[in-house]
Amino acid sequence: MYKLENLSKEFHEKENSIAAVKNVNLHIEKGEIFGIIGFSGAGKSTLVRCLNLLEVPTSGKVIFNGKNLMEISQTELRKYRQKIGMIFQSFNLLAQRNIVDNVCYPLEIAGVKKKEARKKALALLKLVGIEEKAKNYPSQLSGGQKQRVAIARALATDPDVLLCDEATSALDPITTTAILELLKEINQKLGVTIIIITHEMKVVQQICDSVAVMSEGTIVEQGAVKEIFATPESEITKRLVWDWNFDSRSMYYEEGDT
Amino acid sequence: MSRQMIEILTNGIVETLYMTIVSTIFAYLFGIPLGVILCITDKKGICHNKIINLLVGMTVNIIRSIPFLILLVAILPLTRLLVGTTIGSTATIVPLVIAATPFVARMVESSLKEVDMGVIEAAKAMGSSSFQIIWKVLLPEAKPSLLVGCTISLATILSYSAMAGFVGGGGLGAIAINYGYYRYQADIMWITVILLVGIVQLFQEIGLRFVRKVDKR
Repeated sequence: MYKLENLSKEFHEKENSIAAVKNVNLHIEKGEIFGIIGFSGAGKSTLVRCLNLLEVPTSGKVIFNGKNLMEISQTELRKYRQKIGMIFQSFNLLAQRNIVDNVCYPLEIAGVKKKEARKKALALLKLVGIEEKAKNYPSQLSGGQKQRVAIARALATDPDVLLCDEATSALDPITTTAILELLKEINQKLGVTIIIITHEMKVVQQICDSVAVMSEGTIVEQGAVKEIFATPESEITKRLVWDWNFDSRSMYYEEGDT
Repeated sequence: MSRQMIEILTNGIVETLYMTIVSTIFAYLFGIPLGVILCITDKKGICHNKIINLLVGMTVNIIRSIPFLILLVAILPLTRLLVGTTIGSTATIVPLVIAATPFVARMVESSLKEVDMGVIEAAKAMGSSSFQIIWKVLLPEAKPSLLVGCTISLATILSYSAMAGFVGGGGLGAIAINYGYYRYQADIMWITVILLVGIVQLFQEIGLRFVRKVDKR
């Protein structure tokens, strides 16, 4: 599905350059839910933006379905992007379009006929459980509902993969769980590969099959979620696991108190 | 007030509205593309281009810094070439458009820059071309802000049109100067001023009401 080879991204600011992603090698299998976890500033958002070339990597290869996206033309890249859905922390819905028209947007771009696009958009809104809001505008929706619309929109062009950039970070814990369940359902029902960027161990623990731990632009550890949890090797991973254990333990005590 | 005077004032209103509205339409016709260019070629724009941005930006700034009355006189030959005369309200439209276009371009630019970068990024991620981003994201998302800008532009162009009365332009400005200033008929002058204020209020009110209806945020 996705293969990253020696991927690096540097940002140049006047005199100094900052290496946000350094020599990353990753292999993401078709159909899995892959988590990329790390603390703020680890370079994970830059990495996920390199996957659809929103950020153009400084060097390396981004191989998607056997094609190196770095070598193709802009026109071809736009076609490929229709096969790579993406959702964001801040939802990024079009504020002046109603919900169903938001979901229609990628279909318009793909040249689908209006009537067909509408039909598909409504079906997708049903899938994400928000069809009754079709005529509303984004400002009338809660965060969780907005993210559901964003998911429907990202799925409109039948993508092979869904990139989630801190998709649950702006949501409360209960809504987070619901959105993650929805992503899992989509992964199972539609077979869409899902790549999740997060700083929350809970997200990885709840739905990911594999995980890569990122720190200072590099992948420090990767593998099946269970193994990483059972035998964390790097300091960062240990800290993430420890924090998470601490959180879940304190949650347990809170429940015990009541 | 004599019937004749009322007729003159009515004509003045019609001429003022004609000059203002037609000039605004033309100014937007030229100003929107320029504003789009200024926005997208900017450092953070979707088609970053330093040279084009600098070129258009400089031209806009130069025209904007010429005082309107001087611009009006300076382009008299162009006005004659385009409309065949240099007096009257139609002749005033030429300098009005030239003076207002750079103003409108900056208004449009700032409206478009208000559009959330994240939304533009999302549109890019969905495979939109630059043209599609302009047409389907930037302009529609900025619509309420563009309309607010339009009401401001209308008021500015209206005040410019009144200034043109000094050098043979038509409308309420010319009446204020010819009767109020040259003939010391202060009452006529004040009436025209009140009428001008009324028109600006009207534009503002209609514009803002429209914006409230259109804005879905």
